Amino acid sequence: MSANAETVQSRIEIKDASFSLWLRQVGAILRLELKKNFFSRRSVLVYLLALMPIGLLTLVEIINPPGRTSQQFLSIYSIFYNAMILRTVVFFGCAWIFMNLFRGEIVDRSLHYYFLSAVRREVLVAGKYISGLLTSIVLFTTVTVVCMLLVFFSHYYAESSRLFLDGPGMNHLFWYLTITVLACIGYGAFFLVVGLFFRNPIIPALVLYGWEWINFLLPPLLKKISVIHYLNSLVPVPLSEGPFAVVAEPTPAWISLPGLIIVTALVLFAAGTRIRRMEVRYGSD
Amino acid sequence: MRNRSETIIFDNVSKFYGEILGVNRVSLEIPSGITSLVGPNGAGKTTLMNLMTGLLRPTRGKLTVLGIPTDRPELLFRKLGYCSQFDSFPRGLTGREFINSFLMVSGFTRRQAGDLTVKALERVELLPAADRKIGAYSKGMRQRVRLAQSIAHQPSVLILDEPLNGLDPMVRAETIALFKQFAADGLHLIISSHILHEVDMMSDRVVLLNNGYVVAEGAIHGVRDEMDVEHPAQILIRCDQPSVLASRIFQHSDIVEARVHDDRQGLFVKTRSPDQFYLSLNEVVAQGQITVESIAPVDDDLSAVYEYLIGAQ
Repeated sequence: MSANAETVQSRIEIKDASFSLWLRQVGAILRLELKKNFFSRRSVLVYLLALMPIGLLTLVEIINPPGRTSQQFLSIYSIFYNAMILRTVVFFGCAWIFMNLFRGEIVDRSLHYYFLSAVRREVLVAGKYISGLLTSIVLFTTVTVVCMLLVFFSHYYAESSRLFLDGPGMNHLFWYLTITVLACIGYGAFFLVVGLFFRNPIIPALVLYGWEWINFLLPPLLKKISVIHYLNSLVPVPLSEGPFAVVAEPTPAWISLPGLIIVTALVLFAAGTRIRRMEVRYGSD
Repeated sequence: MRNRSETIIFDNVSKFYGEILGVNRVSLEIPSGITSLVGPNGAGKTTLMNLMTGLLRPTRGKLTVLGIPTDRPELLFRKLGYCSQFDSFPRGLTGREFINSFLMVSGFTRRQAGDLTVKALERVELLPAADRKIGAYSKGMRQRVRLAQSIAHQPSVLILDEPLNGLDPMVRAETIALFKQFAADGLHLIISSHILHEVDMMSDRVVLLNNGYVVAEGAIHGVRDEMDVEHPAQILIRCDQPSVLASRIFQHSDIVEARVHDDRQGLFVKTRSPDQFYLSLNEVVAQGQITVESIAPVDDDLSAVYEYLIGAQ
């Protein structure tokens, strides 16, 4: 130990307590978190989840001979997207990614390093949320695109090309991607808060999962208290019956988009309030 | 009363974990220098440290560090560094990345963080291993990298929970020297340790805790002096005629007990007024009949204070 080294060093002060400081801090949190989200052992599960629909579609395309029109494929993809991508991959993927942002650190007993840094805890929430968002958006929009290309282009290349270049294909893809991004925003905020409030976040996650699945059975008013209702309202190929149908009057995009973002902001505000009062007691977690 | 912005102030602070007591009604004012928290396991040392760093919130009372409330981490951790006892790290980082990353989270620019990281690693002599994964570090290296992380931003207050654990004797001595240097520079160092002789060696003052209560605080000798009535000071006088010395000094009323040492070359004395006793002893020795080799207090150290205050309970 260099006790004789200069001990009173010129202290480097952090002068700006401003938005630019917060941005810098969010950037530093992002660097740490993105590395963890993409390359840690925990991320293997999300990769497997993301590969599941791609693998399934590949298998189906191999064993199932073509025999449908591209218009039929639009409906097939709508069902596949709703059941497999949105309600399974995006839902559970977001649950895993966002719940682990804080809960994972508590399990690893490393959250205190963040709490012992000169950073507002709300900035920490923002940084972690954005990192989760970037991770989930990159993974799940990729899944959305790859699955759509697999459904359409594995057969009828020429017809599918026309559908995308001259028909509604690109517009559909845009809306599916928008829904995926909005799902990451909405579910992400929910699961981040769940990870902060609950020691065992699996139970509230399963409750939400059940609630989202029975959404089509609920009366119109209750339908609107869910994420899936607003996302389903944006689906480019609406289904008229079954669990993916929007039986209640669909919410227009100009309401559902900002509405979802406002609710997300409120949920994140709750997370910020919670984290300011949060204690680090790994023993009791 | 010192200026609030220069001290750490506990104002009637209590912390309960549900119904379990962490610390109760702690009122302390900690100035700069080395203050050691001493007590058995479960006494409340780590709870006090976690309260000071905002990892825990007090159930009752108020707490400020250099005038900053502990629920303002964005201000607090510009002044405070904490080397906790948690032997865990974010996964997959090297020592350099670990320190550098959290400096940047605190708002330092990449360049500032890089410079501070190197300085901190140099101070704990870990620079050669800076680019190895922390997962491959030995226990002593992990302890040192935590210490480096806590001092990297050059804090005014340094809180160290069992900082000497896992260090070999050479590094322990160097670390203690480093702490003394920090104290000489005007830093507040709050250290918890089980190794009483090391605490004795480096501390300016101690806070003795037991079962969540502060049982004594202040300079070690001051604390010992306050215990003279209940626990008379013990002094060993090495001399050629202990029996004669015993008969002479027993004439003084403040002597509680005098006992000749087993080797008959010394005398144990217990007195409630050591200062008065030393004066009387001077008079006896001045008469020239007895040759005194040495005079040494036997229980004027932290171990004795600990034994009397906590060991007995």
